[in-house]
Amino acid sequence: MSSNDVALSVRGLGKSYSISHDRAARVTTAAEAIMNRLRDPFQKTSDKETFWAIKDVSFDIHHGEVVGVIGRNGAGKSTLLKVLSRITEPTTGEAILNGRVGSLLEVGTGFHPELTGRENIYLNGAILGMQRREIDRQFDAIVDFAGMEKFLDTPVKRYSSGMYVRLAFAVAAHLETEIMVIDEVLAVGDAEFQKKCLGKMQDVAASGRAVLFVSHNMAVIQSLCNVGILIQSGTVVAHGPIQDAVQAYLAAIGKAATNDLTVRKDRRGSGKARLTRIDVSGSVSGQGTIASGEPAFISFHLDRVLPGLRCQFTLYDQYGLPVSIFDSGTTSLLDDAKASNETPFICHFPEMPLVPGQYRLNVAIFENHDVVDHVEAAAVFDVSEGVLAGRPVSTNTGYGSVHIAHKWSVSPDLRAGY
Amino acid sequence: MSNTLESSPTVLQESAGSPAPVHRTVIRPTSGLAVLNLKEVWDYRDLLLVLAMRDIKLRYRQTALGVVWVVLQPLLAAGIFTFVFGKVAKMPSDGVPYFIFSFAGQLGWNLFSGALTKSSTVLVGNQQLVTKIYFPRLVLPLSTIFSVLVDFGVALAMMVILMIGYHVVPHVGLLLFPLWLILFLMLGIGIGLITSSISVKYRDINYVVPIFVQFLMYASPVAYAVSVVPAKWHAIYMVNPLSGLLEAFRWSFFGKGHLDWVGLGYSAVVAVAVFVWGAFAFRKMERTMADVI
Repeated sequence: MSSNDVALSVRGLGKSYSISHDRAARVTTAAEAIMNRLRDPFQKTSDKETFWAIKDVSFDIHHGEVVGVIGRNGAGKSTLLKVLSRITEPTTGEAILNGRVGSLLEVGTGFHPELTGRENIYLNGAILGMQRREIDRQFDAIVDFAGMEKFLDTPVKRYSSGMYVRLAFAVAAHLETEIMVIDEVLAVGDAEFQKKCLGKMQDVAASGRAVLFVSHNMAVIQSLCNVGILIQSGTVVAHGPIQDAVQAYLAAIGKAATNDLTVRKDRRGSGKARLTRIDVSGSVSGQGTIASGEPAFISFHLDRVLPGLRCQFTLYDQYGLPVSIFDSGTTSLLDDAKASNETPFICHFPEMPLVPGQYRLNVAIFENHDVVDHVEAAAVFDVSEGVLAGRPVSTNTGYGSVHIAHKWSVSPDLRAGY
Repeated sequence: MSNTLESSPTVLQESAGSPAPVHRTVIRPTSGLAVLNLKEVWDYRDLLLVLAMRDIKLRYRQTALGVVWVVLQPLLAAGIFTFVFGKVAKMPSDGVPYFIFSFAGQLGWNLFSGALTKSSTVLVGNQQLVTKIYFPRLVLPLSTIFSVLVDFGVALAMMVILMIGYHVVPHVGLLLFPLWLILFLMLGIGIGLITSSISVKYRDINYVVPIFVQFLMYASPVAYAVSVVPAKWHAIYMVNPLSGLLEAFRWSFFGKGHLDWVGLGYSAVVAVAVFVWGAFAFRKMERTMADVI
């Protein structure tokens, strides 16, 4: 088999769901269905809307290619993976898979807390499509990879969450199918284990198999994949070298950020409260530009204020790498309660530590532990050059995006030379 | 591009004719009559066994008496039946000691009701699997047979002990025993497949099935003999395919009672028909299952 062989050929693939706007669609009990039918016996013409989660998707993937599938939440990535792993049927088109398919849409699918580690390895392996002989052969390697010989005969409900995930990933990592479909499962475990997983993924790629990998982490995507597919609103808008696809994604994300967040449909959460606008500016009033070392304010506008709301946002730099995460739930003595109900959350930076460049933020609003609203690239802003701790801050050199306030002590002799 | 209107058969895993056998899968929308594709179920037999073993292992984990419950349950039930029907209501049992008579009835009944209840809840109980990974979904209800058979095996051993204890001489009808076993299972799983297909969308099934099973038990000759039923009701009574089947099941042990070959033929036809219907209904629902469940 040469590496030019097509592993996966997708032609005109589409998947539609019908969403009804009346109550007929939401019935989940037979009694309700009967009641609705009695109330309105001719309700065939209820206003149903067809929503295409993916539409007319076509691409080829060759053996040996590691393909990163990127796109915003709700773009159709997960639906594509579900169709390709045969969990759900497509509505149109076809996909031809030349080889066995292993799909990892979740770590530890089918793990049972009451069963021991050993029993779960066999159970999970079989669920992932491994034959018993295959698991027997790989058993020692799996145990070794997870590093938990001692706990093999302990029920996994006694495991720590880290051990659980390690064992689950170890089984998945030893799946030897020609085509792998993976959904963001690497975002688990401690840093050391993540590194191990990345290493394993690189081995998989090097062994000439075809991998389809979905992730939001641009750094991981760029280090693992050689091809990228960018999906927007259910269609493929870019397919090529991974750098190009990531660039296209970041550009698209920048464009999507408008001041008016009410028009954004690609959001998750219960919707009890919605972000309406985010102002990033140099003053509380929402005016002024942001410069390194100058004060900056990020104000979050919500349509409704509920008790127990919490605001969490993550800053990303122009390369798609996370810079830092902020959470209004972690309180400090320096916090105050001056924000109004129109802008219930204001994050204040006395001296903006970001180096000049473009940044975006993903925002999540929580009600206790439930996600109320989540918007990716909710705001994009530029930081211009400035002075931090008496020191001019130059543009982003690619060596980090935060300027850390610091001082130097240099001997007078050297100083004289400057 | 092809679309839903063209009926295209589900072509799954045809092997390409190359020297190294390459697994080839074609994913396409399907329509029309569902294809059973039992070959694929066979390909997933390892999973079927592992799931069956999981159920068996889990059933009595963290119970003090463990597997003893398998024996205790039918014994206790037979004891209750003996008291209520045999002692209080004084129902006839075709001349067989009442305790062993009702124990035998339960042996057959549990085979049917176990297969029915387990297979009807198996999809909703495993929804995490169904929405995250592909396998032929028929594997799930089929995997429940094993734990039903384990229970049956243990209870059967108890039955042998009881037969020795009551000096019941084995009867030549025992040769037909495997046939009854298959028919009980087919009927139970057949209904289970239909109800589990419905349960994907309507969880009402979870409430309906137990009541239905309870009703059916009293409408079947589990704790009493068919001879108790008044002649004018007899025809209606035999509409229940379990009536003939349970009577034949008990006849195999004791050689007592009435073996009605026409009724049995009817039961067999119903069992096979229900099973086939259930299997097709299940496959049809499989297409949209992950979206609805």
